[in-house]
Amino acid sequence: MSRFRIKSGLMVPNMLSSHDLACERGERLLFKSLSFELGNGEALWVRGGNGRGKTSLLRLLCGLSAPAAGVVRWRGEPIDRTREQYGREMAYIGHANGIKDDLTPMENLRTAAALGGRGLDDATATAALEKVGLSRCLDFPARVLSFGQRRRVALAGLMTAGALLWILDEPLTGLDVDGVAMVEQMILDHVTAGGMAVMTTHQPLALGKLTPQTLSVGG
Amino acid sequence: MNFYNYASPATFYPLAGKLIPWFAVLAFILTIVGLYIAFFVAPTDFQQGEGYRIIFIHVPAAWMGMLIFVIMAFWSAIGLAWNTRLSFVMARALAPTGAMFTFVALWTGAFWGKPMWGAWWVWDARLTSTLILLFLYVGFMALQAAIDDTRRADRAGALLNLVGVINVPIIYFSVVWWNTLHQGASVSLTRAPSMAQAMLWGMLIMALAAWMYTIAVALARARTLVLERERQTEWVRGHLEGQP
Amino acid sequence: MLKFLFTVIRRDVLLAARRRGDWLTAQFFFIMVVSMFPIGIGPEPEMLRTIGPGVVWVAALLASLLSLERLFADDYRDGTLELMMLSPYPIALLTLGKAIAHWIINGIPLLLIAPLLGIQFNMSAEAVWILVLSLAIGTPILYLLGSIGAALTLGLRGGGALVTLLIMPLYVPALIFGAGAVEGVLSGTGSEAHLSLLGAFLMMSLLLAPWVSAMALKVSVD
Repeated sequence: MSRFRIKSGLMVPNMLSSHDLACERGERLLFKSLSFELGNGEALWVRGGNGRGKTSLLRLLCGLSAPAAGVVRWRGEPIDRTREQYGREMAYIGHANGIKDDLTPMENLRTAAALGGRGLDDATATAALEKVGLSRCLDFPARVLSFGQRRRVALAGLMTAGALLWILDEPLTGLDVDGVAMVEQMILDHVTAGGMAVMTTHQPLALGKLTPQTLSVGG
Repeated sequence: MNFYNYASPATFYPLAGKLIPWFAVLAFILTIVGLYIAFFVAPTDFQQGEGYRIIFIHVPAAWMGMLIFVIMAFWSAIGLAWNTRLSFVMARALAPTGAMFTFVALWTGAFWGKPMWGAWWVWDARLTSTLILLFLYVGFMALQAAIDDTRRADRAGALLNLVGVINVPIIYFSVVWWNTLHQGASVSLTRAPSMAQAMLWGMLIMALAAWMYTIAVALARARTLVLERERQTEWVRGHLEGQP
Repeated sequence: MLKFLFTVIRRDVLLAARRRGDWLTAQFFFIMVVSMFPIGIGPEPEMLRTIGPGVVWVAALLASLLSLERLFADDYRDGTLELMMLSPYPIALLTLGKAIAHWIINGIPLLLIAPLLGIQFNMSAEAVWILVLSLAIGTPILYLLGSIGAALTLGLRGGGALVTLLIMPLYVPALIFGAGAVEGVLSGTGSEAHLSLLGAFLMMSLLLAPWVSAMALKVSVD
């Protein structure tokens, strides 16, 4: 597995890569021999029908599950060996929103930052929440927000995470048309600035000039 | 002998099938010999009369209950360290037999105690620890039964097993401590009759018989588990369809 | 790393403060269980004094198992547990922090209620003091070991009963040394030995339980 590849005549590092990845759920083999490489400024769109293994793949990429075979690498090292560095440089949004209903959006962002070992001043947090359209909900416990609004809190967290790699499982769930456009813009900005994104969505994202790699899971 | 070969379920299945009858026969023979010694050869204990003969079941059962738990832990450790599926299967296969022996040890302990001390249950150190051991077995089996996902069930059970095994000496020590503190005039069941040679031999042979039985039964159980887990594979399909 | 630990603790305490109802229920559970014994067995003062330490200790065990069920479950359900497991710090720090927070939220109230229960059971001042001391050393053990059970049973049906089944045997040494310490006062044989053993058991649990709990979390979340 090479750490670099040639792209447009230049040597670029493979940041996130998987090699011969296989996944078992229960006693079913969901997929095997799955390999890909992702470098700076690139996005990966994971497609496949329901229950075919998209979420499982993303969880393998995060390191939440262990693969039945194969290895996931970050910066060339297997992720189970670089937990600390990978944890700092990667941000994940799963099916659940990952926010506490009993905390306000501000508190959620602050706690998430502290748990990730980052500083987060109130101004930045407020700005992020305003950017996702929650400026009027700053001090209510997240319990009173709608599902889509809670998703936006999670997205605000993504913005303030300062992560290189975004792993997003169905980020558009519960969002309205404006929300979808916002997410598309977020991803586009992030990737254009040199970040990376891996996402599963049911509909293709309009990412402007950015053409993501595609990976089909489950045959 | 390529050890890794036997770690494959497909190789294990037929091999285990061939071995089971041998162990079963050995178990049978040893049991006969052991019981013969227990009832006809071992002398009557001058203090406890004929009733004491139940120790020929009680003591080997207690030994086996303990031993099987440790062996399960061995398989659990190997499974967790090397992710070998068969190791988890062996641990799962041994558990019910270990629980059974522990249960038998408790019952025979009660039957021993009743004619001797007039009580069906005595809270002496050994019986109490045996009771707790039974709880550990039940916990292991309950946890695995509650988890649908096989892989998670295997590994969770293995972890619990290891935690249990590390705690068993501590639990035993604390129970002995507790027992000596509360020791009034009550005599404990652990005061075994002074051992005549024949008695020791009898118990050892019965223990060996229990050991052979355990292996036979565990292998049989493991075979069923293997069939169940590997039912999607070629060799299992062929086996199930080919056999009459 | 220490900052991470404090953040975990602060977070859990803050969340518990927002759910005071649940917390209050757990404390009353403890009181009610203890109160059932004199009602069931009889109120003779001499007898109560004898069974008091054991009863309070067993009630503490049950109360801890009741509350431990929720140690990871809430975070698991809303996805925050997995996010915390992805943070750049060892998962053992997470489990340790949660056990400590749990002790602050549930263990300390137990210590404050225990003297009142000691009085209900006609225990002498010295006995009550040793009871509180034994609980102070013992309850962290209960939560540390209990976190292993909570991690193993994450998301399973059977809930509290299953955790109880798994963890009760492991609680036996703590129960023996803890209640034994108080009985040592009653019988005049002293409690130092019991408390030292309890302390040693605490040290062991502190060193090993967070790691085992972390492994159990990884198995359950996989």
